[in-house]
Amino acid sequence: MSKFKYLLEGIVKNNPTFVLVLGMCPTLATTTSAMNGMGMGAATMAVLICSNMVISLLAPVIPDKVRIPCYIVVIAAFVTVVQFVMQAFTPALYETLGIFIPLIVVNCIVLGRAEAFANKHSVLESALDGIGIGIGFTIALTCIGLVREVLGNLSAFDHKFASSDGMLVFVLAPGAFLVLGYLMVIFNKIKGKKNA
Amino acid sequence: MAIKSSLRNMALVLTLVCLGASAAVAVIYAVTKDPIEIAKAEKTNKAIKQVVPAFDNNPSEEILNVPADASNPKETNKVYVAKKGGEVVGYAVESTTTKGFGGAFTIMVGFTPNGEVYNTSVISHSETPGLGAKITDGQSHFITQWNGKNLVDGSVKIAVTKDGGDIDAITASTITSRAYCDAMEIAANVFNNIK
Repeated sequence: MSKFKYLLEGIVKNNPTFVLVLGMCPTLATTTSAMNGMGMGAATMAVLICSNMVISLLAPVIPDKVRIPCYIVVIAAFVTVVQFVMQAFTPALYETLGIFIPLIVVNCIVLGRAEAFANKHSVLESALDGIGIGIGFTIALTCIGLVREVLGNLSAFDHKFASSDGMLVFVLAPGAFLVLGYLMVIFNKIKGKKNA
Repeated sequence: MAIKSSLRNMALVLTLVCLGASAAVAVIYAVTKDPIEIAKAEKTNKAIKQVVPAFDNNPSEEILNVPADASNPKETNKVYVAKKGGEVVGYAVESTTTKGFGGAFTIMVGFTPNGEVYNTSVISHSETPGLGAKITDGQSHFITQWNGKNLVDGSVKIAVTKDGGDIDAITASTITSRAYCDAMEIAANVFNNIK
């Protein structure tokens, strides 16, 4: 039971996008459609779970002064792996996400969880934390992407439900900020009620 | 709980972590190398099939490297030759422009042997979703208007109507439409240099 706490915390209490407000760069840039947001979230989740596990394994043998370079090397290796795998099996998605896949290396969620969680917890707990945070991030990105796609392009998961153009501003950069802001308000409102 | 940060420890651990990481990346690279090649080739083949009339050879094996600008023969574009029963039925020209709104984009342009456009297809782009990205819709008027136009006999001015040309631009995507014209122009120049 207590272990599942870590999983749930990542999704709601420590939701990386709506509560911790980490990793804003890919959040704003890749959520032009629900599919893109989901792909980005899944790629980040894969990296996060692997790096969390490996770092929690390695933490006892890494000297304090070189821990950040070590973490970054581990994270970069996993990102490169994910990049190869996506290029091979989901080339279309790889192309739309483009530069944001290699940029997962510098996503503060991944390094943040390594530094704040993985190096103090066991492998299992770190894996659960990675899954939780990853799911939280994926859900957030998919929601933002879905709202932007529905309003801006009148389609959902690439299925067009009306032939006209929609409010294009939501697909463009300003729309990302608007949708993120409103969703953050709604999320925290609901979350606040539950806690009270 | 972490071990002491002595110089020896730090150097040792960093070296080992880097070795381990590069070994892992190398293994995955070796495993995914072939699928990546296949995925890329499939994409090119699909694009070729779309833009030239039916053929029975393998255009990916009959590639000409033709310069767009005859005075600069170093920069060449790939031209895939489609043949049926030994006769050339079309040329698929890969053409890249850097004038897109989101950076470079690459299209495949199919020509019949006399210079008419058979069909075109977008290979890769980074245009804005909902705006410039509409160029990927192969059924749209913007894409189909090219079909049947002869780009090499001078009957068509390759530019959007706003710039005095013969091509209708996509609404709200003038830059993308202009870039598309630019890529078509490059493709037409390449076609002229084939023979």
